[in-house]
Amino acid sequence: MKLTPDSKLDIREVLEDLDSYRPRRKGWVWRKRIENQEIGAFVYQDTSENLSHSVPLPSAHAFGNIDPQCDMVITTEIASGRFEDDLRRMRMAAWHGADHIMVIRTTGQSHIDGLIEGTPEGIGGIPVTRKQIRATRKALDAIEDEVGRPINFHSYVSGVAGPEVAVLFAEEGMSGGHQDPQYNVLYRDVNMHRSFVDAAEAKTLMADAAILQLDGAHNANATAKEAWKVTPELLVQHAINTAYSRAVGMPAELIALSTVPPTAPPAPKLRLDLPYAVALRELFAGYKFRAQQNTRYIEADTSEASITHVLDTLISRLTWADIQSTITPDEGRNIPWHYNNVAGVNTARQTLMGIDGITQVLRLTREGAFSEQVREVKERAVLFLEEILEGGGYYAAVAAGQFVDQGHYPERKGDGIVRDPQGGDGAGSVIPRAPDYGAPVCSHFGANRYNEREGKPCTDYGGCTLCDPAKIQYIDELDPEDNVEVRLQQTLTDRQHGLLRPEVEKHGDGIVCVTLFVPESPRIAEAAAIEMAKRMGLHDPEVISRRLMHPSEGSVFEIKGRLDAAIRIGELQLPAYEAPLPEAEIEDWVRGRDIRLVAATVGEDEHSVGLHEILDIKHGGIEKYGFHCQVLGTSVPVEHVLDAAQRADAQAVLISTIVTHGDVHARHMQHLHELAKQRGLRERLVLIAGGTQVTDELARNCGLDGGFGRGTTGRDVASFLVHRLRERNTA
Amino acid sequence: MKCMERPDDFAVRRKRLNSLSDDELHARFWKLVDKIVDPLVAEARTHTTPSIERSVLLRLGFSSIEAKALVKQLGDRGLLGHGAGRLILELALSKKIPVREAGSALLRGRYWDELARILDL
Repeated sequence: MKLTPDSKLDIREVLEDLDSYRPRRKGWVWRKRIENQEIGAFVYQDTSENLSHSVPLPSAHAFGNIDPQCDMVITTEIASGRFEDDLRRMRMAAWHGADHIMVIRTTGQSHIDGLIEGTPEGIGGIPVTRKQIRATRKALDAIEDEVGRPINFHSYVSGVAGPEVAVLFAEEGMSGGHQDPQYNVLYRDVNMHRSFVDAAEAKTLMADAAILQLDGAHNANATAKEAWKVTPELLVQHAINTAYSRAVGMPAELIALSTVPPTAPPAPKLRLDLPYAVALRELFAGYKFRAQQNTRYIEADTSEASITHVLDTLISRLTWADIQSTITPDEGRNIPWHYNNVAGVNTARQTLMGIDGITQVLRLTREGAFSEQVREVKERAVLFLEEILEGGGYYAAVAAGQFVDQGHYPERKGDGIVRDPQGGDGAGSVIPRAPDYGAPVCSHFGANRYNEREGKPCTDYGGCTLCDPAKIQYIDELDPEDNVEVRLQQTLTDRQHGLLRPEVEKHGDGIVCVTLFVPESPRIAEAAAIEMAKRMGLHDPEVISRRLMHPSEGSVFEIKGRLDAAIRIGELQLPAYEAPLPEAEIEDWVRGRDIRLVAATVGEDEHSVGLHEILDIKHGGIEKYGFHCQVLGTSVPVEHVLDAAQRADAQAVLISTIVTHGDVHARHMQHLHELAKQRGLRERLVLIAGGTQVTDELARNCGLDGGFGRGTTGRDVASFLVHRLRERNTA
Repeated sequence: MKCMERPDDFAVRRKRLNSLSDDELHARFWKLVDKIVDPLVAEARTHTTPSIERSVLLRLGFSSIEAKALVKQLGDRGLLGHGAGRLILELALSKKIPVREAGSALLRGRYWDELARILDL
């Protein structure tokens, strides 16, 4: 399967031949760090190999469209409920720099005692099944070929079916997985004996398949009221999972600690979060760090979330992270939308490029109060461990509510999570192994008669599925109603008929978001905002963000609603588009012809940047093709522009007009055209206008030859000029 | 259930850690963690669960549906402590049939008496 940038992902092709699909590799892939890498005009310190296809950061247009890639793996978490729609989102995220795709499981999968098969729809995530993994991995294979960088695929090896999920992940070449028995115990009330016994098997399977393990300690941040107080316990939870993993044979390079800076502004975030971050990296030297962004305090304001995430990413760079995970800025208010996955990835990418090389000029001090704070969090953690042992060990400590207490340990508030060692999901299901116990398979942990002899434990029957993947039993679908084929009937019919609807999450969901400022007190303003959304034709309008500007002057609302309108692609009136001429062809034609241009920003307008980008050779402007440009400056009257054009005997005039109050930009364009006509110059001059609010249609309606708006390059203008001047020469 | 409450007595408790260097403190941290984890690993080494046994049968080449049914029936008969994979493999070897065939036969209600004989061996 091969993707090209100008065609959509073909879900039918993805679903073909999945019964025989095999992953092209197993295990995790890191980026290749390159020091002192020259990209465009800059030398970067903390980057990795460039991509072959990507969408650069918005400001890249001013820097030769470079798209440097940081040295950390960047994660995005995807959870729409329909994997077939998620695949398109993964492709978009990969084009923006994500190379770790984490798929959230459907609600309740951790309590399902066994594997799920087929492609049923999920809630807040997808049911992780063999078919879904194969389809996703197959699509990711094609996406990684398109962007030119390996993509890691990740989900969860927790719940009461951990060992089976681990077999599935090992067989299907998953790159990463969350595995932490404490998560089951504390947050899912899975029986603690069952959780730890299962975890040893799951971890052994993951280690042999080189699957990177993430732990679950960060969840304590998300549940604590005052998250910065649980930092001693976070160190303890990381340590228990890490030591347990090492004891069952997992190598340090596959153990990643999932860590989140615990606070958000207006708390003094860096001062609170850095001592913990440093203590963690010192205690766990030699392990990998997956830095997550904070979700604890964000609610509806996406720009607030992004700013907190910038600070989180700064902490990652100052203390080191192998993986920078991203949180979508809308996570506090809904299941993340397509473009917010991209926004989250871009927050990390933009921050990490902006602070490239910062550790060469800035280091954390190890003196004074900071050093004492680092030491203090470690000591509090040691005291926590001592109390676990004094109380009779891990199970007794959980039963006594020592974990997820809101106190700053050794302070205890008495509100910890309490679990009964003999209770919970799967209680009583742990069975002692008889002296003759055997498991004739690879990657099995613990007492096993087949390990006591030479050779692999699976030789008696020609090898297990890990040695001979042909033995894997593939189940396609179990539910005739709830599966991808049924869902695709609607989707593919829409496509066949050329219908387009807006969407944020699932194909054609029709959801749109509008922003409204209403100049009234909050309650009145909100009721009015909803009414306005209804009058725009939105169904089920719902306020997803409200921000007070002033108690009586007004509030701003973001409202989501459903737009029941399908657009037929075939009926769209597309503005004419002319591909620019090849650079060499432009230059060949212009050089030696002495083409003279006069340019200026007209009216009362001091903007000069846009015009220079179009003209100047150093910005890649049209001068480089051999045009002779005379620039008159800013705030130049239209009359003076034409005076200069006459004096210079120019063939073309370019005006820039940015200010638009009272449609002054349109009036300048009309004036230029009419004045040129009055002076008898209109026939010999090509007249062009540019500006952020200028469109080709508007410029032509004002009588000019053409108009150029946002995103225009020197080449576009040069190509247009060559076309026009050629036409005049032949006319 | 209300659990133990205690004010922050860190200043008192930390006294015994004061004299440790950073390296000694790190070593103490990991020694305590290993002590906590040891009995948990020992339990895992000597115990199994239905999910582990199903994961073994998946690796033997059974589907998730077959593995679930086989482990349920072996569990109901109190046989899981011997290992589901071992029982089915030994049955296959003794009947000289492929492993998957041995499992299918058990699911059809055949050979259950053989299993008891294999265990006596």
